[in-house]
Amino acid sequence: MSGIIDMVLASIRAKVPAANATVRTNPGPSGQDSLMVAPESVADVMRVIHDEHGFDFLSNVTGVDWPDPALAEKVAVIAEGDADAEGDAKADGEETPAECGFLEVVYHLYHTSERKGPLVVRSRTKDRGEGAKIASVVSVYKSAEFQEREIYDLYGVIFTGHPDLRRILMWDEFVDHPMRKDYVAPDDYEYEPTPHAAVIEKAAQHYPAPDAD
Amino acid sequence: MISDPLLQQSSPVLEEGSDDDQLLRVSLGPQHPSTHGVFRMNVELDGETVVRLKPVFGYLHRNHEKIAEGQTYLSSMPFTDRLDYICPLTNNWAYAHAVEKLAGIEVPERAEYMRVITAELTRLINHTAFAGFFLGDMGAWGSALMYAFREREKILDLFEDLTGARMMSNFMRFGGCRNDLPDGWLERCRALVDNYEPFLDEMEMFLLGNEILIARTQDVGQLPKETLINGGITGPMLRAAGVAYDIRKVDPYGIYDRFDFKMPLGEKGDCYDRLMIRFLEMRESLKILKQAIKDIPEGDFIAPKAKIRGFKPPVGEAYGRIEGPKGELGFYLVSDGTPQPYRYRVRPPSFVNLTLLEEMCVGLDIADVVIILGSVDIVLGEVDR
Repeated sequence: MSGIIDMVLASIRAKVPAANATVRTNPGPSGQDSLMVAPESVADVMRVIHDEHGFDFLSNVTGVDWPDPALAEKVAVIAEGDADAEGDAKADGEETPAECGFLEVVYHLYHTSERKGPLVVRSRTKDRGEGAKIASVVSVYKSAEFQEREIYDLYGVIFTGHPDLRRILMWDEFVDHPMRKDYVAPDDYEYEPTPHAAVIEKAAQHYPAPDAD
Repeated sequence: MISDPLLQQSSPVLEEGSDDDQLLRVSLGPQHPSTHGVFRMNVELDGETVVRLKPVFGYLHRNHEKIAEGQTYLSSMPFTDRLDYICPLTNNWAYAHAVEKLAGIEVPERAEYMRVITAELTRLINHTAFAGFFLGDMGAWGSALMYAFREREKILDLFEDLTGARMMSNFMRFGGCRNDLPDGWLERCRALVDNYEPFLDEMEMFLLGNEILIARTQDVGQLPKETLINGGITGPMLRAAGVAYDIRKVDPYGIYDRFDFKMPLGEKGDCYDRLMIRFLEMRESLKILKQAIKDIPEGDFIAPKAKIRGFKPPVGEAYGRIEGPKGELGFYLVSDGTPQPYRYRVRPPSFVNLTLLEEMCVGLDIADVVIILGSVDIVLGEVDR
């Protein structure tokens, strides 16, 4: 697996230098290392992976919420040689987690004819608020269309260049993003004032409580 | 005029415009019998021809992933049954497979064979039921489905003996299965497998030469191979178009590399091929089952060192996928070293296979939409999660 990732890394560094690509080692036994790229150049990176390396099948796209960036570094460790390439990855620890966290999008790619994969690509947004933007890959892989909509719906990542970025699982009037770690569920999702509530209120005015006088 | 906006939405609305480009907007579903659950399509029609089609999801959304992130790894196992409720045992296996990758757990030989047997029986259930539902979509509501369900029920009886439940099996564990095969189970399974081939012959004789079926399914809903791969389509849908991509063959998990079976491929990728592929796959599944029942060794049904309580996988992440009956079923897990998954993601085949629904339907008649949706083979428990 590492052979493929090094090959892809070399060509991305040559073709898309703005992506600032690095390899992240997976500390677990699965051995699925990943390629970290800058959020604004994800689409360009995918174009290179698709056209030059033949990974024609984008299987899975998903989001991960990291309100605490130190935890994220634990799960995807910066590879030895790349430690200096990514200077700002270390959190300073001065800021509060709400300000310095980020959202991550993870892509799993496969090569259908040569049976290679998974190639894991990941990208992190600047923050969890206004800067939660990532370039959409729908123009390269159509399979990302609904999955990116789902990430937008559940995590609030805005995919720039997506043809039809709407909520997909939650209803259109819903305001929050329920998969975020700090989301608090309301007591009653379906509460709304009904005509019935108004009638009860009126009736209460009409018949004063027995102990009123 | 109708004042309730909900009623307005569900009744046909005439587009403003000149007579030449008037489009009829129809909301197909969510209670339409052909939508296989609560699923809706906003269709725009020019006469009877589909111009635009937008699927609407989420009626069964319960945020399965969020719930799973709030409990231990094992607690999510029964919940995976409810994803694709036609085939709970493959869902169990996919989840167990991903966790085993995440934690590096070995599975004993006998458990691997048990998994293959139950998974292939599940594939039989799914494809048989598919044939029934598909014919139902075409207007043959009832008869084909009853024939299919008669056979399905025989397999469910086996599952009930093995797992205690017809459908909600909760059978796999990380490192094996929950319990061993009951006495005499393998013999009954062998008898079922032997009797399945005549049933398939009978079903094929009834269906595949039927004039109405051929007229309604051939040359309906084809797309080029490249478009299908790019759209993330997997499973029988993809193989019907002639793409040799079966995870049991190309990325073997479990012990699938030991069995001798073929990967049936379609030629055109129309709805007829999709039905045909499933019949051929059932025959291959029977081949695998015969070999597995013959070769299954004695031994542990779960790894002796497998931890049931206090299970904590090491820090890391893993994506594990299997060839579910409907396509690639994957689980992506991130562990931060605690007993609960930090991230738990289901990659449902039904959901991703709907990506190209619009492309398949545009330009065809509204009646073909029902057939095409049927041929995708979706289960809404999995689409909406």
